[in-house]
Amino acid sequence: MKKLITALSAASMLTAPALFAADEVKIGFVTTLTTGAASIGKDQENAVNLALEHIGASMGGKPVKLIMADDGFKPELGKQATDKLVKQDDVDFVAGYIWSHVLLASRKSVLDAGKFLISANAGPSPVAGKLCHENFFSTSWQNDQTPMAMGETLNQQGVKSLYVMAPNYAAGKDMVAGVERTFKGEIVGKDLTKWGKDAQLDFSAELAKAKASGAEGIFVFYPGKAGPAFIKQYEQAGLQDSLPLYTVFTVDSLSLPKLQAGGMKGVLGSQMTQFWSPDLDIPANKKFVDDFRAKHGSYPSFYAAQAYDAIQLIKSAVDAVDGDLSDMDGMRAAMEKADFPSVRGEFSYGNNHMPIQNFYSRTVVEDADGNWTTTIDATVFENHQDVYAGECSL
Amino acid sequence: MDSILFIQLLNGLQLGILLFLLSAGLTLTFGIMDFVNLAHGSFYMLGAFFCASLTLATGSFWLGALLALPLTAIAGFVVEKLVIQHLYRRDHLEHVLATFGLILCIDTLTHLYWGPEGIAVPLPAVLNGQIELFEGVVFPTFRLLIIGTGCIVALGLYLLVNHTRVGMLIRAGASNRTMVSALGIDIKALFSAVFALGATLAGVAGMLIAPITEASIGMGNDIIITTFVVIIIGGIGSMKGAFLAALLIGMIDTIGRSFLDDFFKVLMSSEAAETAAPAVSAMLIYILMAIVLAVRPQGLFPPSSR
Repeated sequence: MKKLITALSAASMLTAPALFAADEVKIGFVTTLTTGAASIGKDQENAVNLALEHIGASMGGKPVKLIMADDGFKPELGKQATDKLVKQDDVDFVAGYIWSHVLLASRKSVLDAGKFLISANAGPSPVAGKLCHENFFSTSWQNDQTPMAMGETLNQQGVKSLYVMAPNYAAGKDMVAGVERTFKGEIVGKDLTKWGKDAQLDFSAELAKAKASGAEGIFVFYPGKAGPAFIKQYEQAGLQDSLPLYTVFTVDSLSLPKLQAGGMKGVLGSQMTQFWSPDLDIPANKKFVDDFRAKHGSYPSFYAAQAYDAIQLIKSAVDAVDGDLSDMDGMRAAMEKADFPSVRGEFSYGNNHMPIQNFYSRTVVEDADGNWTTTIDATVFENHQDVYAGECSL
Repeated sequence: MDSILFIQLLNGLQLGILLFLLSAGLTLTFGIMDFVNLAHGSFYMLGAFFCASLTLATGSFWLGALLALPLTAIAGFVVEKLVIQHLYRRDHLEHVLATFGLILCIDTLTHLYWGPEGIAVPLPAVLNGQIELFEGVVFPTFRLLIIGTGCIVALGLYLLVNHTRVGMLIRAGASNRTMVSALGIDIKALFSAVFALGATLAGVAGMLIAPITEASIGMGNDIIITTFVVIIIGGIGSMKGAFLAALLIGMIDTIGRSFLDDFFKVLMSSEAAETAAPAVSAMLIYILMAIVLAVRPQGLFPPSSR
């Protein structure tokens, strides 16, 4: 008898961790926590933690376990981190991914293992088109959409000729393709600059070319630390009077405080397009922005907004199946409804699980407290769907 | 077209000057001490961060840069005493391993102290504008300052290396280290001084680039490869070689980025040119290095004897 009890208790000790594991919702979040781009990852981490705080760290009656992972701004490290989350930690959802090339390298590891993959930023064209997958969802956008809205804004403002600059990688090419798709004027010059580990941050030669081109405006996409670097050099070259600046994903809540500290007034009044803005007048957004500012003292970036939404999307799925994480179909059907309080307001999902949503034009201004931020000028696209949805077989 | 060519040549000169400041220190340590220092770029980063912090604290870029100079020199000196000194007698692979470790340590310490964001460095109004050099040629003032500073440093190094006793020892060390120590020269002190000098020069480059880009973690690792390309092309251990090779690479890189796409458009469809030009212009300096290694492996201007 004593032996039996010992054996039973030993057995229960062995199975206890496994039982406990099934009693929580495990979310892996892959972002950049080292290198110069770590500030983006930090902003996303802050937003994820705020979202968990708002939902009481529970989904479908189960506690949430969050595992943050670093991609080191490199596709190979991102894939390694993803493999570890899927195989070793056995998470239920993998979310995050700032960089298109990291997402493209990592997607297969998650999807082949039958887990859900939620992109909280990257939206390269393949995952919206030919490589779309039933278990992939995005809480951001397809790369082309935001620059398409910018092309339309330029048309509305009567800009006839444009100089285009972007980094030479998957997202950079998508951004250029996007603005070319809608802009009706002439593109008088284009530079794709070196990106990745030894990315080019000194744009002296390109700015001299842009100036000599006689374009009426310059369109750039420079995410992360390249953004402020570009804007400083744009100002140092004295281009703000002759060559108005139009950007996507370049000027954000991470770069604006730095630009303000550096006295780079050239960025004030520059225009951009985005699916979201800190001043978007929606209850869920007000709560997110106010609480984020109270906690961290700065405006959240769009990266943060998307990360916040990723957690809310996952919660909507787990709630719908009452925490039964084996019910993949139920969770997928719930996510397809996009039925959660998104900071961007109401939106829907297309067949490729990319959001169909509004895009706004925004201007950089000084707010009532003297902080630099962005405000919405107009709605450029209503319920806009990406152009690759037709290539998706779902 | 002529004025844009001139502006691009100035841009190339400015890039070359920055590369020279970085490669001067590297070629000194590599050539004289036979020490491979992958962590050389870390002093470039430290110079940028010291300068950024001090500029924000004092409110003046001039004062910030002036105070950052001795700080970077001290950092170089301390690292040499703590780590580098114990590695001179080891082989190159161990140099690489140890200094790679140093990179990780210095990057992480920077991350802990300054945070992940990076710091933008505000410039005084007089440096933040542009100067019209002559009709149609307008150039950012700060980039002219970089060119000026670099030329002064190059001249100072030339005088130091060629016309002083310390310089004579440095040159002697580059040619025949064993003989120098056999003559009773305190090689330890010489090495410490040379290492700190190299670190300071890298720091100056960091201070000059920080107002253009920003002080950010890992900035030194991005540029260290190009710096090695410069000293290989110039000839390891040669100051003159580092100077000329740095200017050559600065020019090639800038001209490639400026005109290669126009040139390719003559040869192929404009779509193919748009894809090929950035790829090829990023490769140009490595192609040059491959040619130099094949034809003249000792570099273009090697020190007189080794």
